[in-house]
Amino acid sequence: MLSCKHIMTVSDMTAEDITTILDTAESFMEVNERRIKKLPTLRGRTVVNLFLEPSTRTRMSFEIAAKRLSADGVNFTASSSATVKGESLRDTAKTLSAMACDLVVIRHKYAGAPQMLLDCMDAHIVNGGDGVNEHPTQALLDLFTMRRSLGKLEGLRVGIVGDICHSRVAGSLVPALRMMGATPIVIGPPTLMPARPDVLGAEVMYSLDEALPTLDVAYMLRVQFERADAMPIPSNREYAKLYGMNGKRLAGAKPEMIVMHPGPMNRGVEISSDVADSPRSVVLDQVNAGVAVRMAVMYLLLGGESGGTAA
Amino acid sequence: MALLLKNGRVVDPVAGIDEVADIIIRDGVIVEIGKDLSIPKGETLDVSEKVVLPGLVDAHTHLREPGREDEESVASGTAAAAHGGFTAVCAMPNTSPICDTGSKVRFIVERAAEEGIVRVYPIGAVTKGQDGAALAEIGDMLSEGAVAFSDDGRGVQSAGVARIAMDYLKAFDAPLIAHCEDESLVGHGVVNEGVVSTRLGMPGWPAAAEETMVARDIRLSELTGCRLHLAHLSTAGSIALVREAKARGVRVTCEVTPHHLFLDEDVLIGYDTNLKMNPPLRTAGDRAALVGGLLDGTVDCIATDHAPHAAHEKELEFELAPFGTTGLETALSLVNTHLVATEKLAWADVARLMCHGPRAALGLPGVSLAAGQVADITIVDPEARVEVTREWFVSKSRNSAFLGSKLLGKASEVLVGGYFALKNGKVVAR
Repeated sequence: MLSCKHIMTVSDMTAEDITTILDTAESFMEVNERRIKKLPTLRGRTVVNLFLEPSTRTRMSFEIAAKRLSADGVNFTASSSATVKGESLRDTAKTLSAMACDLVVIRHKYAGAPQMLLDCMDAHIVNGGDGVNEHPTQALLDLFTMRRSLGKLEGLRVGIVGDICHSRVAGSLVPALRMMGATPIVIGPPTLMPARPDVLGAEVMYSLDEALPTLDVAYMLRVQFERADAMPIPSNREYAKLYGMNGKRLAGAKPEMIVMHPGPMNRGVEISSDVADSPRSVVLDQVNAGVAVRMAVMYLLLGGESGGTAA
Repeated sequence: MALLLKNGRVVDPVAGIDEVADIIIRDGVIVEIGKDLSIPKGETLDVSEKVVLPGLVDAHTHLREPGREDEESVASGTAAAAHGGFTAVCAMPNTSPICDTGSKVRFIVERAAEEGIVRVYPIGAVTKGQDGAALAEIGDMLSEGAVAFSDDGRGVQSAGVARIAMDYLKAFDAPLIAHCEDESLVGHGVVNEGVVSTRLGMPGWPAAAEETMVARDIRLSELTGCRLHLAHLSTAGSIALVREAKARGVRVTCEVTPHHLFLDEDVLIGYDTNLKMNPPLRTAGDRAALVGGLLDGTVDCIATDHAPHAAHEKELEFELAPFGTTGLETALSLVNTHLVATEKLAWADVARLMCHGPRAALGLPGVSLAAGQVADITIVDPEARVEVTREWFVSKSRNSAFLGSKLLGKASEVLVGGYFALKNGKVVAR
C-alpha cells in the first residue's frame, strides 16, 4: 500500500512508495504479455479520465490500464465535456463526485488543477499532467524503464535535454530521480531553463556535448515552442545541431547509455531517426511500461480498500 | 450638533500633537483640542485607550462601479472603507466602461454624493480606454473632480505615450499614477519569477518587469517635470530606484500594499487564488526592503489596491483567475499587528503613511487634528481582536489574502465631516 491517497505531485510519494509502485508494475508487465490481459482486481470500481487538454497516448495508457484491471473506465474529454459550455472545473469535479467515482485521472492545461479537485470530491486523484508543472506517472514509467534497462536507479546520471521550462515531464522526473538516488542534469539553452533550476535539485549544463560522456541516460524532451511567449531558439536546425541526439553524437556517449523520449517525437529535431529506431532507444519500452505502471498506481490506490479484490 | 471625543490619545505629526486630549467638533469642524473640555449639550464619546488619527485615505481602491456592481459598488466599497478606518478612498478608473471622460468622472462624484459612506476621489484614465495609445480628456476630467490619472491595471507600454502623458499632465500639476509592468517581460506570468514559479510550474512575472518601468518613468518625470506616483511597488530594486531618485530631487512618490508588506511568495504553495496579485507576491528579501522603505521615508504611503472579485471568478485555475485581493478592511489592522504592536512604527508614522503621505502624493485636501480643520477623523482601538472570516467583511467580495488571520487592532469610529461613518465598529448607514 502507499502512504498517499493521491498522486498529484512526485512529492506526494516517498521513495518507498515509488519502489512499491515499480515492483508492483513488474508483476503487471507479465499480465500484459498474456493472451488474456485482464485481472478482476478492480471490478466494480469506477475510474474517470478527466482529460481537459488534448492527449492521446496518456489517456489511452490510463484507459487500457483501467480496463486490464476490470475497472469501469469513463472518458471525459474537453471536446465532449461541459467545460466548453462554461462549467468550472470545481463544478465538473462536484458532478463527478456526485456520480460516486473512485479514482479520477486529471489532465489539464494549467498547473495546480489536481489540487483544485481536492475539496470538491472524495475520489483518489491522479495527476495525468497539469500545465507545465508535473506529470508524475510519466516519471514513474521512466524510472521503471531505466531500472529495467540499466538494473538500478541509484547513482545513475540522467541528462534531461531541451525545453526544461515548458516540460511537466522534467518537472516530475527531476525530483523523482533525486528521491531514488540518481543525479538529474538538465541540459539546454538558458532560454529553455526555468528561473531557478537549482531549487529543483538538478545540475544545470548548457552544452550537451560537454555533458554527454558522463551520462547513463539521455532523456530527450519534445520541443514545443507553441507554448512560449517569444521564440527561445533561432531555428529547429540550430536546435538539432546543438541539442539533438543523432548517430554521430551518440558515438561520443557511454556504450551502455540509453536514449529516452516521452513522445511524441519530432524526428530530425530533438532526435534523429537513426537514433530513434536504434536499439539504444527505449522509447517503446517506455510506452509499454506506462500501462503496467498506471495499473500499479490504480491498484495500489484502490485495491487496498474494501471492495477491491487482490490480484 | 456638537460632539466631544473624551480622553483619546490624539496623534497627528502635522499638528505636532501626541497626547491624551479631548476634541470638540461642531458643524463638521474641529473647534477645540485640549484637556478637560466639556460641551453644554451634544454627544460625548469616551475614547480613552483609543488612538485618534487624522482621517486615513486609501490612495488605491477599485470600487468596480460602474460595470461590476456584483463585486463592489460605490456604496459597498465606501462602507468597507469605513469599516477599515478610512475617511476617503481614491477610485481607480478601470471600471466598465473605463473612467476616461469628464462625464464618467461626474458619475462617480454624483454616486459618491448620493451613496458614499466616506469621501471618494476619482482617478481618471491617462489614455482613452486605457489602451496606452491616445491621451484621454485629462483637462475635462480634472474639471469634473478627478484628482490624478492612471491606466492602473496595465502599464503604459510605450515610453513615447508615457512621455506625452507626463508632458500634458504637467500643465495641470496633476500626478501620473504609474502601474509599472512591462508586458513584454511579464508575458503570461502569474507568480514571482524565481523559486516559486519553478516549484509550482507556473509562468513567472520577473522583478525586472516592474523595475525597468520604474526606472523609465523616473527618467520621464525628470525629463518632463511631471509629478509621478508609483503604484504598488513590490521589489527591493524598485525601492532602491525611488530612494536614489528622491535623493536627486525627482518629484516622485510611491506606495506599497499591505499584502506585499506582510506576505511573500512562500505562502503560494497551495495554488490559493486569493494570493494571486498584480504585481505578484515577491520574496522575503523584497518584503524586508519594502518595510525598510517605510521606515526611512522612501515609501510615502500604504495603499490597499483593494480589488474585489466575484467568488466564481476567483474559484478558477490559478492561471485563469483574476489578479487581486480585497484590502480596505484589513489594512489598518495588519499595520497595527505587524508594525505598530511590534514597535517598528509609531502611530505618528501611521498618520504619515495612511493620511498625510497619500494626500500629499495625490494632491488631496489635507486634514489635520487642529482647531479649524474639517473633522475627518479615524479612531482606532489598538487592543481590539479581529478574526478575519468571510462573514466579517462588509465588502461585497470576500477574496482576501488574509482570510483566517487573527489580527490586533481595529478602527472603532470614523468621522467624515463630523458625521459618523463608523461607530462602535459598525458602519453607519446614511
